[in-house]
Amino acid sequence: MSKFRKDGGKETPAISTSALPDIVFMLLFFFMVTTTMRETTLFVKITLPQATEVTKLEKKSLVSYIYVGPPMPQYQAQFGNEPRIQLNDKFAQLGELLDFVEAERQARDESERGQIITSLKVDEYTKMGIVTDIKQELRKAAALHINYSARKGRKN
Amino acid sequence: MPRKLPEYNAASLADIAFMLLIFFLVTTTMDIDSGLERRLPQWVDPSEIDETPPIKERNIFVVLVNRDDRLLVEGEPTRIDDLKAKTKEFLTNPLDKNDLPEKTVKEIDFFGPTEILTGSAVISLRNDVGTSYGTYIRVQNELVAAINELRDDLAIQKFGKPFNDLDADRQDAIKEIYPQKISEAEPKKIGGK
Repeated sequence: MSKFRKDGGKETPAISTSALPDIVFMLLFFFMVTTTMRETTLFVKITLPQATEVTKLEKKSLVSYIYVGPPMPQYQAQFGNEPRIQLNDKFAQLGELLDFVEAERQARDESERGQIITSLKVDEYTKMGIVTDIKQELRKAAALHINYSARKGRKN
Repeated sequence: MPRKLPEYNAASLADIAFMLLIFFLVTTTMDIDSGLERRLPQWVDPSEIDETPPIKERNIFVVLVNRDDRLLVEGEPTRIDDLKAKTKEFLTNPLDKNDLPEKTVKEIDFFGPTEILTGSAVISLRNDVGTSYGTYIRVQNELVAAINELRDDLAIQKFGKPFNDLDADRQDAIKEIYPQKISEAEPKKIGGK
C-alpha cells in the first residue's frame, strides 16, 4: 500500500568473496614456511620435564635424537611398559647406540662431523639407570655434546 | 577490438586452498627444541680410572640424589628449593670459610686481578639408578640457575646489562669468573636395594 516502496524492496548486494582465496593463500604460505614435518613417528610416550634455564637448540641439522620412554599403549602388549629406547623409526637396544651415532655422523658433512649434538628426549618418569647407560654409550662413541630436552616452564 | 575473455569462476579456489591449509595446520609442529646443554667427559677405560689426582674435599660440591628423589648436599639432606642458595654460596664463598673452596687471584679482561675459585672447584652431581629423570633435570636446572644468576648479577654490576646482552668477549670474561663446571659422575647405588 505504501506508494514509496519500490517493488521487491532493496536487496543487499552479495559480499564479494574474491579476496578470500588471497587471504587463505597467505595463511597457507605462512604455515608451509614455518612447518617442519614430523620426521619420526613416536613409539614411546614422552612427557618432557620442565626447566627454567633452557637454551634453544640452534643448528637443527647437527642434532640427532634419542627417545626414551614407556611404549605407546598399542605397543605395550609386545614391548611391555618399561621405558625403552627409540632410535629413528624403531625400538632399539642399548648396544645399537654406537652404530646409530656412527650412522648419524656419516650422514653429516665432513666439516660438521665433529660438532654433532645428541638430544635426549626422555620421559619425566623414567629411571636414571637407562639414561646413565645411554650417556656411557655416548661417551664411548665420543658424541659428547648432549642436550637434555626440556620444556621451558614455570618456576618449580 | 579483441573479444573479452570470459572470467572463470574462482569461487572454488578458496576451497582448495582451505584444504591445503588444513593439511598443513594438522601436520605442523611448532615446538622449538630447547633443553639443557651439557658436555660429557671423555670416555676413559675403567681400568685407568683411579689415577686422577685427588681433589681436595673443600673444592668439591657434592650433590647426591637417591632413588626416592631425595637430595644430600655436602652431607646434609636438602630440599631442591634450597639447592640454588647453597650452590651460590659454594661458588662465591663470600665469608672465606674453611670448608668452602679456595680462591686464587687471576688477571681477567675487563676486571683486572680478581679473586676466583681455584680451577679444581667443581660441582659433582651423582645419581642413583632409581632416581627419576624429572628430578635429575630439576636438580641440573637449579645448578645452572645458580650459575646463571651469579653471572647476571656480576654482568649488571659491572656492565649494567644482563649477561645475555653482552658481547662475546665480556661474556667470556664472566664465564671465566663463574665457569659452569658440573661433573656428572658414574652412578653408584646409594641407599636401598
